[in-house]
Amino acid sequence: MYSEKVMEHFSNPRNVGEIEDADGVGTVGNPVCGDLMTIYIKVKDNRIEDIKFKTFGCGAAIATSSMVTEMAMGKTIEEALEITRNDVANELEGLPPVKMHCSNLAADALHAAIEDYKKKLAEKET
Amino acid sequence: MIYMDHSATSPVDPEVFKAMEPYFVDSFGNASTLYSLGREARKAMEDSRKKVASLIGADPTEVIFTSGGTESDNIAIKGTAYRLRKKGNHIITSDIEHPAVEETCKYLEKNGFKVTYLPAGEEGIVKVEDLGNAITDKTILITIMHANNEIGTIQPIKEIGEVAREHKIYFHTDAVQSVGKIPVDVQDLNVDMLSLSSHKLYGPKGIGALYVKKGVRLEPIIHGGGHEKGIRPGTENVASIVGLGKACEIAEQNLEENLKRLTAIRDEIIEKVLSGIGQSYLNGHPTKRLPNNINFRFTSIEGESLVLHLDAKGIASSTGSACSSKKLEPSHVLMALGLKEVDAHGSLRLTLGKENKEEEIDYVVESIKDAVDTLRKLSPLWCQVDE
Ligand SMILES: Cc1ncc(COP(=O)(O)O)c(C=O)c1O
Repeated sequence: MYSEKVMEHFSNPRNVGEIEDADGVGTVGNPVCGDLMTIYIKVKDNRIEDIKFKTFGCGAAIATSSMVTEMAMGKTIEEALEITRNDVANELEGLPPVKMHCSNLAADALHAAIEDYKKKLAEKET
Repeated sequence: MIYMDHSATSPVDPEVFKAMEPYFVDSFGNASTLYSLGREARKAMEDSRKKVASLIGADPTEVIFTSGGTESDNIAIKGTAYRLRKKGNHIITSDIEHPAVEETCKYLEKNGFKVTYLPAGEEGIVKVEDLGNAITDKTILITIMHANNEIGTIQPIKEIGEVAREHKIYFHTDAVQSVGKIPVDVQDLNVDMLSLSSHKLYGPKGIGALYVKKGVRLEPIIHGGGHEKGIRPGTENVASIVGLGKACEIAEQNLEENLKRLTAIRDEIIEKVLSGIGQSYLNGHPTKRLPNNINFRFTSIEGESLVLHLDAKGIASSTGSACSSKKLEPSHVLMALGLKEVDAHGSLRLTLGKENKEEEIDYVVESIKDAVDTLRKLSPLWCQVDE
């Protein structure tokens, strides 16, 4: 049911873990629904210089988390904000239809981490 | 591959396959015809009926061949409901039934029947007292499964049957998971109807049987040419019927031995996993369960991921996690045990079969440990639990 690329990311997830002094942290999902992901970013000169994730969830949830970290690494904040759920699914050579909605939250988690970073930045500046 | 998903289906025993083979190309006759080819088919079918009857302690005339467990359940439940509609409209079942029973009951609810779902509770076993309290003068049928397909718990069928007899209420049991694995005797169990399915006991898929006690009348739900006493018309699937018969014969011969051997493997896996993996639990009653059923729960991880990891290690297993179901809802059986959704997600079912060997235990336990560890390292929930 899963593409080879999904299975590959699921079996060897990239960028697993937490960043202690992260500049932004985003959590989306709900364990009741079976998916919860947290993404940590480290930003330097407006670029994501490090990104890590932790995910509780199914094969698709883990694979999309891993994929989105790979896609966002090294991107500017603006570029990273343009990554959509569909981009992640496409990059993984597709997801089963039932998983498109519930387990494809990684882009949202990335965006939440960036929002958190922006909020913290604004707080620092005031 | 180590196949540990026998409650989903089992491989066809090579002996069974051999027994079936002549009935496709050579002895292909229609069992209703009068010439020798037809008589041959008829004879093979009747031999098979005797073997099925023998395994469950029934008379061969009480065995009706169907297309499987789902159809047997439907015929028994709807057939009783429609026949006794004038007498009453109340049905009693449990909250851990297979969809073949659960959905049939729900369908009847939409068509004027009332259904009481007895709670299986924490241990996954219904209480006979609850049954007594649920019976009304409108109750026409009790349908409670013998052994559960997810957690393997064995229901007090004999005692339920006694209550049903006292109140003169028809009693059906779905014994799809128990037949061939533990002793099943329709006399001893006090049942009026019993469903079984071939593919759970090393027979082919798409064939099963319904035991209907002498004197019990059902309204047909399929209409046609009068085969199988008019309860299940349609040209008989002779090859598959022969396969089911052979499977029952083999099951009867090896029942005690398999029961003992699998119980020992089951208990060793359970013991090793529970003692070797932190925050791991067994779902369902520890001993009142099928000799081949193991159902674990691990906190902070999700079952589909676990099944995928085990698959990569060559182990076939299953889960009650919502993420692996078509409906994206956690298993109603695990929820009936009172589990929280997040915990129901972390379930793993291993169902053993006769090919499984003692030597596989340590590899399976180690693989589960590795997979659980890997997933917990990924899980944001696990750190919270850790503290
Ligand atoms: C308890 C129970 N009842 C009924 C069925 C359905 O049987 P079949 O697949 O033969 O229709 C199954 C099999 O999944 C089962 O486990």
